[in-house]
Amino acid sequence: MKGNRFDPGPLKTSWCPGCGNFSILDALKTVYGSLAIDPVDLVVVSGIGQAAKTPHYLNCNLFNGLHGRAIPLATAVKAANPRLTVVAEGGDGDMYGEGGNHLLHGIRRNPDITVIVHNNMVYGLTKGQASPTSPRGFTTSLQVHGVTSEPFNPLAVAITMGAPFVARTFSGDREETSRVLAAAIRHRGLALVDILQPCVTFNRVNTHQWFKDHTEPIPDTHDPADRMKALELAFRTDKLPVGIFYLTEDRPTFTETLPAYETSDEPLFARKVDREGLGKAIEELK
Amino acid sequence: MPRSAKSDVAIVVAGQAGQGIQTIESILTMVLKRSGYHVFATKEYMSRIRGGSNSTLIRVGTQRVSANVNRIDVLAALDSDAIGHLAHRISPETLVIGEDLGHDAGSEVVDIPFTRIAGEAGGRITTNTVAIAVLYGLLDGEPEVLEGYLTDHFQRKGPETVRNNLEAARLGYREGSALRSSGRFSHSLEPSPAVKDEILISGAQAVALGAISGGCRFIASYPMSPGTPVLNHMARNEKRFGVVVEQSEDEIAAVNMAVGAWYAGGRAMVTTSGGGFALMEEGVSLAGITETPLVVHLAQRPGPATGMATRTEQADLDLALYAGHGEFPRIIYAPGRIEEAFSLSHRAFDAADRFQVPVFILTDQYLIDSYYCVPGLDAGVAGPETAVVQTSPDYKRYALSGDGISPRGIPGNGQGIVCVDSHEHTEAGHITEDIDLRNRMMAKRMGKMERIAGDSIPPTLIGPEDYRVLVVCWGSNYHIVAEAVSLLGRNDVAALHFSQVFPLPPGASRYLEKAEVTIAVENNYTGQFARILKAFGGFDVRYSVRQYDGRPFCSETLAGRIHEIAGGGDRR
Repeated sequence: MKGNRFDPGPLKTSWCPGCGNFSILDALKTVYGSLAIDPVDLVVVSGIGQAAKTPHYLNCNLFNGLHGRAIPLATAVKAANPRLTVVAEGGDGDMYGEGGNHLLHGIRRNPDITVIVHNNMVYGLTKGQASPTSPRGFTTSLQVHGVTSEPFNPLAVAITMGAPFVARTFSGDREETSRVLAAAIRHRGLALVDILQPCVTFNRVNTHQWFKDHTEPIPDTHDPADRMKALELAFRTDKLPVGIFYLTEDRPTFTETLPAYETSDEPLFARKVDREGLGKAIEELK
Repeated sequence: MPRSAKSDVAIVVAGQAGQGIQTIESILTMVLKRSGYHVFATKEYMSRIRGGSNSTLIRVGTQRVSANVNRIDVLAALDSDAIGHLAHRISPETLVIGEDLGHDAGSEVVDIPFTRIAGEAGGRITTNTVAIAVLYGLLDGEPEVLEGYLTDHFQRKGPETVRNNLEAARLGYREGSALRSSGRFSHSLEPSPAVKDEILISGAQAVALGAISGGCRFIASYPMSPGTPVLNHMARNEKRFGVVVEQSEDEIAAVNMAVGAWYAGGRAMVTTSGGGFALMEEGVSLAGITETPLVVHLAQRPGPATGMATRTEQADLDLALYAGHGEFPRIIYAPGRIEEAFSLSHRAFDAADRFQVPVFILTDQYLIDSYYCVPGLDAGVAGPETAVVQTSPDYKRYALSGDGISPRGIPGNGQGIVCVDSHEHTEAGHITEDIDLRNRMMAKRMGKMERIAGDSIPPTLIGPEDYRVLVVCWGSNYHIVAEAVSLLGRNDVAALHFSQVFPLPPGASRYLEKAEVTIAVENNYTGQFARILKAFGGFDVRYSVRQYDGRPFCSETLAGRIHEIAGGGDRR
């Protein structure tokens, strides 16, 4: 990691020892370092939760905003300055619970951003309640008799809605996680990367070992352009496939559809008000 | 009850939604303006797509007209329900015209066969043109101006449509002239040629153009009356002025998008109404702690909850003032005049950028949906177009040095990184719970309030300077109160209008303390602005006139209520 321009150097994190976030942070440093961008060109927008603190431990622009709202905020950052590389990052509660509606509409809008979700199937920072991805029957201090709702399937939803890049990885496999993240960030359009991650404090069911036993790589024979096959993979629950489920190049991005960028690719801050045009617009009211 | 001198005619066109009231209003007002008449129009309508009973008031004057009135000089009733709907405003002097309506609500209706005339002219589709021409003929407008307008307006629909509408206009005008000659209508208005060069602009257009003038490059909103017309006008200008316009999935997304756009350097706004704004509150708080500028156009309508979706009220002042958890500075503008809706919308962006705070443009359905003639608007610029700085490698977003406002950098503009955090944060923008830093950051943010107050818009005094009675108002009531005071014609009654309602402009108390009697006029139940004057200005407004029925005040009825409270005094 030495010499990595995205590494701010030694600092204390607020994560538990052994947390899956550490390996995700390491993977992100490697990935950002491998891209042809400088820290001043990368913006990481995050919500609230332990995962959403990740950008504080990187050397880059960050907007640590509200719980659930990273996607709309990141969408606007990219629309205001398309030259920036923009990432929205948070946990499963942040992105799939509080921010669920924004995920759906973010996919419809298709900004060129990468959505990274640390999915540990439990709420950590609020001390162990169920998350939208907790399995049925999962007991917590709040779900005393076990979770009764069906877990959210982010991959199936994203594929169904036509997100142009949909992937899942396991934080324990740092190399594969790095490979997938790099591909996601390079992909044009909204890329969703769901990262399975153990919570060493509050999830005693989906442990590191459990994920090792219950994940398997997507076979090389899978064609990620095949949306129906991708959906089949997403529906699997006996073993959770990891890798790139689906990708397509044919969806226009949000910025590409904006009339404001039809005649100029200048970021919004670099533009001047057309005073003459405004004068004309006022005259037209005569 | 005082009545205005007959320097203007109050026309009301009423009928069902979908019958063409809007078309009649927009064409007739523009044609009258181009003929040299001052016009003012305001509408009241029900929250439905078709049917119901809606009306629009068009005041036509030889002098400026810009306020709502109760009286109706001419009522063009497009259906029989219209007469019942407006019965409380119809007087023996009201000329009621309509087609096959017979006698209703005790009013005599002059029968004008709009559809038969339209049939003669080439089809029922020209009925609205007939109605426009009848009213225009009744006012003795120049026929050439109407013909010119209609020719341009229908050009793209082909020569036959133009011909039919010109014929409809000719026949309708003749009918209006005949009615005028019959002696049933005796108002005579002298045109003022200078009006021809003026612009005719609505509150919504003024807010949108003001925002564009203020460098607004991004608007995200969820449709909600009466905030939507501003979004529509921005959308119409999307390409022309390079504005990113997005209909968001909800108001929460909208406000977070606006904050994100500002963070990345695009001046941004949201437009909404009370219910939608309530959803944005957490985002306002986010702008507060992150010191990200934000402009919120909040067009008020009656609440609580859905309230009356298409009507007016001034009951969200408290909402704007206290929106968002925690304590942080803010500015609330409440334009009173349409010209001011333009200038203050521009100013909102400069102030938000300079002070790094949320700025509200607080309007309401009445201001947004009303329009009148103004001499022009200044498309020029008074100051720098941005307060953004280029960052150095050691840039710290929340630097505590300097004058209390940390220079705002944006990502990708300089050599530094810009770290912004919704937690309490260090100078570099990282999470902290340190006692000393918390205290210093709070003091830095709240300290801006004093500088903001120093940059305030002073209130406007309307009427005599040596008043005994002072009528206090804010926001869209400017013209109604001004006309009420003018109608009273008392040399001891003046009005004081606030277009900045928070922070209170220093010096406001100077006006208030001079008065023997103070009366606060507000469109709400509890007197929200009077409470602000008490809480932040230490001034007790003695009397109040409040209306919360979803309708704007009318200048004549308001004048009566002021007179009752003011007591004594001579009335001209």
